[in-house]
Amino acid sequence: MLQQLDTTSIKNSIKSTEQEARGFLDMELLRFSTAGSVDDGKSTLIGRLLYDSKSIFEDQLRAVQEASDRLGNEEINLALLTDGLRAEREQGITIDVAYRYFATPKRKFIIADTPGHIEYTRNMVTGASTADVAIILIDARNGIVEQTKRHSYIASLLQIPNVILAVNKMDLVDFSEEVYTRIQNEFETIAVLLNFRDIHFIPISAKNGDNVVDASVNTPWYKGDTLLHLLENIPVHNSDNELPPRFPIQYVIESPEAGFAEYKGFAGRISGGVFNVGDNILALPSNRVSVIKAIDQGTDTLSTAITTQSVTIRLESNLNLKRGDMLVRINRNYPKYSSKITLNVCWLNAKPLAVGDKYIIQHTTDETEAVVTGIRYKVNINTLENITDVSSVLMNDIAHITIKTSKPLKYDDYRENRITGSLILIDKNTFETVGAGMIITDEDIYSFNI
Amino acid sequence: MDPKKLTHLRELESESIYIIREVAAQFERPALLFSGGKDSIVMAHLAYKAFYPVAIPFPFVHIDTGHNFEETLTYRDELINRIGATLIVGSVEESIRQGRAFEEKGYSASRNKLQTVTLLDTLEEYQFDAALGGARRDEEKARAKERFFSHRDEFGQWDPKNQRPELWNIFNGKKKEGEHFRIFPISNWTEMDVWQYILQENIVLPSLYYTHEREVFERDGSIYAALPAIARKPTEQVELKKVRCRTIGDITCTGLTLSTANTLEEIISEIAGSRVTERGGRTDDKRSEAAMEDRKKAGYF
Repeated sequence: MLQQLDTTSIKNSIKSTEQEARGFLDMELLRFSTAGSVDDGKSTLIGRLLYDSKSIFEDQLRAVQEASDRLGNEEINLALLTDGLRAEREQGITIDVAYRYFATPKRKFIIADTPGHIEYTRNMVTGASTADVAIILIDARNGIVEQTKRHSYIASLLQIPNVILAVNKMDLVDFSEEVYTRIQNEFETIAVLLNFRDIHFIPISAKNGDNVVDASVNTPWYKGDTLLHLLENIPVHNSDNELPPRFPIQYVIESPEAGFAEYKGFAGRISGGVFNVGDNILALPSNRVSVIKAIDQGTDTLSTAITTQSVTIRLESNLNLKRGDMLVRINRNYPKYSSKITLNVCWLNAKPLAVGDKYIIQHTTDETEAVVTGIRYKVNINTLENITDVSSVLMNDIAHITIKTSKPLKYDDYRENRITGSLILIDKNTFETVGAGMIITDEDIYSFNI
Repeated sequence: MDPKKLTHLRELESESIYIIREVAAQFERPALLFSGGKDSIVMAHLAYKAFYPVAIPFPFVHIDTGHNFEETLTYRDELINRIGATLIVGSVEESIRQGRAFEEKGYSASRNKLQTVTLLDTLEEYQFDAALGGARRDEEKARAKERFFSHRDEFGQWDPKNQRPELWNIFNGKKKEGEHFRIFPISNWTEMDVWQYILQENIVLPSLYYTHEREVFERDGSIYAALPAIARKPTEQVELKKVRCRTIGDITCTGLTLSTANTLEEIISEIAGSRVTERGGRTDDKRSEAAMEDRKKAGYF
């Protein structure tokens, strides 16, 4: 790998004008996850993206070089750049989600780098929960394997809007169009089963850089984007503002005493749609109505707040609302309001889940307790088949369960809204986060029976 | 930029403010760890915005090694005054006097590691259950796997193998008696994001971050301030140079950068072209490959 690292390209890239400094203020943010084992070339791909975007610095490279030498690696081992903890370096494995960062003038990227083995399903789910894009790596020599299905299933379960199938190690199959097309066709059948909205295929060689940043001369038959070009241009968050408006109240900001500087506002993050000054709102669960008087963001005031913005909303009338309540706009689709909830759960803890177990639930800014009322089936994520007649859910299992909460939640289907449709289960004794839940409101659509 | 989309800085800002408010909502006695460095200055700015127009509902804690640049302390006091926060100072000097911490000896002696003792003592004295810090995941390999809500046991220690999974933007701050959390709201920011945000928000920084003439000396390829806190070897010559700080920590481990950057734009250009990470000048990380991992496990920031 080292011989390919050409440092002159870094020197030539030094940016020097003020305009460029200011230009960076206009970038967008894109979060993507990568799943795969070392064998897929995942670490090499991330190393390649970081290196080609000049996000690896000399001292980092030097540290990795020294560590490679110590471990007796002949070439510089870019996996060491992404495997952070000593425990992992000693065992040569990745045990947890690691976050990496790089930027181009167009976008800032956050990579959730997750290990791909079956025992790390919980890490993949964690890393994918906030991703806008999932990159699934396929070794061109092996084609679609069980692991590909598992990664694809998780990307679908977590409703990652865009999926990129990177067919890697094309150099080892002589950049054969036939091999690539065969893999592409085979994957299309899985894609139909998993209801993917948007899939992109790219033939790459992470090791040599083909179609990663620059278009490859070795694949003249491929007319599509390079990986980086796609990551820079893939549309994200386009439909968030079209969603039914949701504003879970996080914190009440109130001046200590009434009088000259009296202030009362409801702080939170817009979790779908937009809110405008003058909008008629409904507060849930109290069913009180009011009108938005002002939207504050720090010392500024806004006329409109859009999805993911943290703001403070002030109302015309003095409503007594609290954390866990939700503001929605009147005459829009309202969230479901129920204490009987069906969900897909990914189990994260060594202590299994069983019917009758009780947990603490955190959902948006709301909190309650719940009892498990049923386990309908588990999913074999290697074959995508359902297993019925299950009595417990084990770590890394994905299961379809029902719960009853001690007070009703205000929620949407996870496929509609990843924020108001998700929840976590917390153990009542250890307080560990033990389950990741994705709420289902229309069961007919969500079934993986093959 | 499309008005219906947020820039990366606005998105990061919203995420951080959400986490700061979550801390105020979920914990009884939080505190913000303030070092006077640019990251904690950004943290102070975000906390101010999160609760405006009401005062920040938790105090600032400064762990003072006694080896600070004078400008840092002046800046700290002015900032606290301006935003109307309360300040608690934990003194490493005091921990040494009480025999709780022991001064390192030799030319590379630093009080950086000693801060852990004072930090844990201060957290315990005031019964803080959450300590907000300005650490970022891009700083160092051990930090790349850090959570936003980082659980610490009753000894203040970090167990990297037993971290709670963090999904979506739901943060589990539940804890048992005696345990506490370290919270890192700007985890997802890079050094460049911090500087761009400072530029965007017009945040005033200590003058140390801009070019200034200073008496310095060189050691192992890094440049240090020639001040009484660092013992110099007889061979280490003091020279007058134009430098600035890229990070600010304890004097003994803050490497300076040769620079003529006088404005935020110039600093950003300089960093965009830089070939060494900001912690490249931090002696504390160079001690061993897993230096940060070990300090974090022991309860460091």
